[in-house]
Amino acid sequence: MTIYLPIAELPVAIFSVFAMGLAVGFISGMFGVGGGFLMTPLLIFTGVPPTVAVASVSPYMAASSFSGALSYLRKGMVDLPLAGVLLIGGLVGTLAGVLLFLWLRIIGQVDLAIRLAYTVLLGTIGTMMLVESVRAIRRTRRGAAPVVRRPGTHAWFMRLPLKMRFRRSRIYVSAIPVVGIGFMIGLLGAVLGVGGGFILVPALIYLLRVPTTTSVGTSLVLTLVTMAAATVLHAEANGTVDAVLAFVLMIGGTMGAQFGARTGQTMRPENLRFLLGLLVLAVGLRVAVDLVRHPSDLYVLTTIEVRR
Amino acid sequence: MTPPVRAAAAGRRSGRMRGLWTAALAAASLALALPAGGAEPERDRLVVSISEPVVRITSTFSGASLVVFGVAEVAGADTAPDAAPPDIVVTVRGPQASYVAWRKSRVAGLWVNSDSRTFLDVPAFLSVQSNRPVEDMASPEVLRTEQIGLSRNVLLQRVGPDFADVVPTDSFRQAFLRIQGSEDLYEENPRGVTFLAPRVFRTEFDIPGRAPIGRYDVSVKLLRNGQVTAQSTEHFEIIKSGFEQNIAIFSQNDALLYGIAVAIGSLIIGFIGNFLFRRE
Repeated sequence: MTIYLPIAELPVAIFSVFAMGLAVGFISGMFGVGGGFLMTPLLIFTGVPPTVAVASVSPYMAASSFSGALSYLRKGMVDLPLAGVLLIGGLVGTLAGVLLFLWLRIIGQVDLAIRLAYTVLLGTIGTMMLVESVRAIRRTRRGAAPVVRRPGTHAWFMRLPLKMRFRRSRIYVSAIPVVGIGFMIGLLGAVLGVGGGFILVPALIYLLRVPTTTSVGTSLVLTLVTMAAATVLHAEANGTVDAVLAFVLMIGGTMGAQFGARTGQTMRPENLRFLLGLLVLAVGLRVAVDLVRHPSDLYVLTTIEVRR
Repeated sequence: MTPPVRAAAAGRRSGRMRGLWTAALAAASLALALPAGGAEPERDRLVVSISEPVVRITSTFSGASLVVFGVAEVAGADTAPDAAPPDIVVTVRGPQASYVAWRKSRVAGLWVNSDSRTFLDVPAFLSVQSNRPVEDMASPEVLRTEQIGLSRNVLLQRVGPDFADVVPTDSFRQAFLRIQGSEDLYEENPRGVTFLAPRVFRTEFDIPGRAPIGRYDVSVKLLRNGQVTAQSTEHFEIIKSGFEQNIAIFSQNDALLYGIAVAIGSLIIGFIGNFLFRRE
């Protein structure tokens, strides 16, 4: 059974799109990430034009992150001031990302830039998470006590001026690295069509030493705001938001996310981080293989304009 | 296969079947009407009918199949029974679109887009059907000037500062035809036109679901003795209708409002999802 997408202007198999929403929703619920880094490539693989895929994943992620953020808000696991400071950097980063995307399109290297960025980013973060989680798993196996947070050990970037206290996260750091992280997330989101949760959560945990649960909740709030804004921006600027596609993805996604969250809560945090690291690395490697392997067709065709 | 059997096989698309019968009836009446005109035609004539003048895209649309019926009137067929039989070429050209074709090459171990060629205002859909290979119908010069066949259809390209078509063996041009062909957007069938009677022909072509909406021109050419002796151009439209149309119009006319509506809708769905599965 197919459904015709009015903006993408092509028919897709409705159940496979629904299943994609379900599967990615499960993963995002389990790990507390938006899932854009999986969904966008999946949609492009299905034949949806990249511009429509990137734009229609935004409302999908707004829906799933809102659903998740509500749960974390109720449990008091969201650091709203931290989310606010991150957002300042995020909005500037989004603007810079849109301009960068335009420039890459002009020189025809969007494809390469996206693939390289995916490879480097996912490869590094995936490896870091794997190494860290394997260490943590070994420690628990040995029966050793988990490493206690030592408030004194601050990296150099946390001692920069403009210090702020984020009570909920129990950190006292300079606002500069926080805005910087937000900027990077905004930039990557605009160029790669990802919410950035899979980068933001580890960045908050490892760089700013925010507790894991608070990082996930705060990251969800940030994703919610940026993706809702991205939906409106994409609709206004490019007219590429496909409401039908987004709606089918959302239904699957919100259902999958609930099951994912339940599964995730039964697992040890370090095992969870290990699995997410594995997944992130696998996606990164997959993209890298395409970049290095001899392509089956040396030519690609992109549509610039259809006259009506 | 005869038309009724073909229509029955495609019966699940009832609209198509209805259109097909309308076209068949139209063609039959045309065939009857023509000789009734009295005098023998002095020049070759062509009468063409398309099964569906408007193809409507609804939410279940996954492509369409159209039938072209026609009557080829050959001048002096009655007085000279041994006159050359007519050849028919049907060319369907979709809305104009512009494309960039990129060629990858290896730079520092990575495959990157290195050269490009822009195709300007070329058909987004192109189907060429004939009753026999077009190369057997006429000389290369005639085929080229009449743009008969995929390899001879003019595809305007920007080559450096110039705008021109290139030789058919050009690698970019061939890649363009190959990729469009793999998407079922370009096709060529040298046996696509069948004669139901000595003068009545039909052909069928499939439009894939991803073909763009807009106006499609159907150009029919009658060739005899290596020359085009009659031609006829009809057209049909592919349009969105109902819900699909409303969404598309909304997103175009009130882009900002549409974006806000989708964003709010996604928040509502997120809220409902959270509410339904909330664990107390």
